[in-house]
Amino acid sequence: MSVSQTTFQAALLDAKALVPDGLTDAEAQPAGRRFSVYRNNVAVSLTEAMHQAFPVITKLLGTQNMDGLAGIFLRQHPPSSPLMMFYGEAFPDFLANMPQLSHLGYLPDIARLELALRQSYHAADSQAAPADALAVSPEDVLKARLSFAPSMQVIRSDWPIHAIWRFNTEADAPTPEAHAQDVLITRPEYDPIPQPLPSGGAAWIAHLQTGDTIGDAFEKTAAETPDFDLGTTLALLLQGGAITSVTIERLET
Amino acid sequence: MLDDALRSNRLPAAPGVGYKPQHFAQILEQAQPVAWLEIHAENYMGDGGRPLAQLRHLSEDFPISVHGVGLSIGGEGPLDPDHLTRLKHLISWLKPASFSEHLAWSTHDTHFFNDLLPLPYTDATLARVCAHIDQVQDTVGRQMLLENPSSYLAFEESTWSEPDFLREISQRTGCGLLLDVNNVFVSATNLDFSPQGYIDAYPLEKVGEIHLGGHDEDEDDHGHPLLIDSHGREVVDPVWTLLDYVLDRSGPKPVLVEWDTDVPDWPVLRAEAERAQVALDRVPA
Repeated sequence: MSVSQTTFQAALLDAKALVPDGLTDAEAQPAGRRFSVYRNNVAVSLTEAMHQAFPVITKLLGTQNMDGLAGIFLRQHPPSSPLMMFYGEAFPDFLANMPQLSHLGYLPDIARLELALRQSYHAADSQAAPADALAVSPEDVLKARLSFAPSMQVIRSDWPIHAIWRFNTEADAPTPEAHAQDVLITRPEYDPIPQPLPSGGAAWIAHLQTGDTIGDAFEKTAAETPDFDLGTTLALLLQGGAITSVTIERLET
Repeated sequence: MLDDALRSNRLPAAPGVGYKPQHFAQILEQAQPVAWLEIHAENYMGDGGRPLAQLRHLSEDFPISVHGVGLSIGGEGPLDPDHLTRLKHLISWLKPASFSEHLAWSTHDTHFFNDLLPLPYTDATLARVCAHIDQVQDTVGRQMLLENPSSYLAFEESTWSEPDFLREISQRTGCGLLLDVNNVFVSATNLDFSPQGYIDAYPLEKVGEIHLGGHDEDEDDHGHPLLIDSHGREVVDPVWTLLDYVLDRSGPKPVLVEWDTDVPDWPVLRAEAERAQVALDRVPA
């Protein structure tokens, strides 16, 4: 009796499935519980990967609840690549679709923030633009186009996700208050730093990422967010080393 | 064609340990009884950041062994071309002293299970594993070492013994072997064979590296001991004794201590490396 990997795999993910025929102990008796070693290894290692990937979600839900959710998740979404450091990409949507968790509406965005922190951690290294790259006339600043570090991430949310994240990772952090919060992640050296963006900041960065000048991006952003604070947003990017180049096209005279 | 300069394994016949980032500072701050370090390839396939910076730093002071855990050499389907490309990239910039993978499968239908799953030892498996190893060695341009698994069950359909199977793979592909002595002990206990008999039948002349690690103890449905290769504790005395048995026959080899779960503080792992040095010191060069 031969055991194909398709057969092995099906029994691996379904604890109620029968152990495939053709797997035995040394006396040719059915493997039984011996097969469970593989079932456990897979479930435990993937659950552990989820704990490592989503420590704040784990803290918010409690370890036992997280174990239960991970058990469901890993069977619905087994990893599609051996790069376990990026496992869990489907977890935010999975959380959003769990009716039992609908009262915790912020969970999917917290999961997105934790994913983005990991992506930032493993992103390519880059060199920040020189400190004086934007020390030009105000007219030229408005004409500038920016390139960003691969480690920069922006997460938009209707929930106070930065405050929730801080409250669960830092001692003495203030209690979160209900308001929308977009988060900028920068990685000045090797540790990603999440910071709340002023309202409009995420939209402004998104416009810049499509190639708009600082001025054009500002006009589009201010049309929707009249009190958009460009100075604070730009300072967060500069301090985080998130701007890798500044290009200013001057008209030929 | 394999690049001759990179072909041979360049690990010293001395103790090494599996590198864990929490030990970075202590490994570098003083002279260690550790002559080389092993990394899991997949943990260093990101684009940048601290993991790669630490690896670049360590590789200036230590020979590095790249140990893959995700290639699925025994998979029924084709090898993942993206993963092969990542492996080639890592090996080409790091130029490690050794590269190894497992006689196992972990990916099927694009699902990766993050475990080393077992293979039947048949002519069909042999042909497939050899084709995959040829492809890997051609792609990365150097010899690989193939590690024996820890077994919890047997396949009725198997027609080869594991040592003969590994010898045949090595002869057909030119790959070297990584002998995991703990895995031999675990499999021998679980499947009722003599670990010394396994070593006697095993082609020790092909060994480029030896692994040691801790295991857990359990039982099967019939109360038979079932050892589990957990890498979460000290190497047990009978495994050290089996290491002596191997080294008496093979001569000195690079010996690695693996500790992957419940990773201890550095002094505990260093003590395991010191014990490996004692085992190596017994053996005439």
